[in-house]
Amino acid sequence: MKVLATALLALAVWTIVTWAFDAASLGLGVVVAAAVAWAFRRLEMEEARILLSPRRLFWALVYVPVLFFHIVRANLDVAYRVIHPKLPIRPGITRARTSLRTVAGRVLLANSITLTPGTMAVDLVGDLLYVHRIYVPEHDPDGATERELAPFEALIRRIFE
Amino acid sequence: MIDLGSPRDLAALALLALGVTFDLLGCLGLVRLPDVYNRLQAGTKCVTLGTFLLLLGVVVRFGFDAMGWKALLCIWFVAMTSPTAAHAIARGAHRSGVPLAPGSVLDRYREDGEARAASPIGAPARGGETP
Repeated sequence: MKVLATALLALAVWTIVTWAFDAASLGLGVVVAAAVAWAFRRLEMEEARILLSPRRLFWALVYVPVLFFHIVRANLDVAYRVIHPKLPIRPGITRARTSLRTVAGRVLLANSITLTPGTMAVDLVGDLLYVHRIYVPEHDPDGATERELAPFEALIRRIFE
Repeated sequence: MIDLGSPRDLAALALLALGVTFDLLGCLGLVRLPDVYNRLQAGTKCVTLGTFLLLLGVVVRFGFDAMGWKALLCIWFVAMTSPTAAHAIARGAHRSGVPLAPGSVLDRYREDGEARAASPIGAPARGGETP
């Protein structure tokens, strides 16, 4: 089942990249997809089960525009700091505890905050995220990071947990 | 290639122009910001959005044909790999002792790393719970 899912995904990518629909190309694609699926058969993909749940898939689709909005906001923020003649930065690494339980959820959270305003995930140790901030607030820096994580955590929890 | 009379091509052109602008700002950030960590911030944010917009411009210009689907696939790959690479570079730099720029106010990663190293069994000093 898992191997079949990997093979179908590999075949989809193959089809997009080659963009040829004759029997020879598709046949070769099936062979390559099968080889890829076999090579990765031992890869744990527990979280792939979200593809089978319409409710989780729906929240995954909601996540895309939300993330895109934050990416645009992040860009305007960094662009402002970079253009500003005085370069208003106050960098540092803060620590935030995440309440997410699944590995995929934590990784998605870390990657998402890297793309959002002024924060970049440096490392993930268990449930602790180390986040580099381009502007560390004077008061309660770790709490500020945790508050920024909260909306993402709420969405990711609906996708994975 | 580009027909200035067609709204579709104009939209594509606008996306390309915006994309190049954000890429340019990202490069400006690389030059102006003081250390590897801040520079990665510029690299992951402006350059990611810049590249997204360039690829979206390609999708608008060519539609959902061979080129358009490949551009969408590239957006997905960039979205996955760019933050992961930034994390790997930042973590690698920190572990090999690259200091934060002067004027940085806080380094919890270093504090906790030292606490972990100092604890007798090398276990995390606090937290570090795995699922």
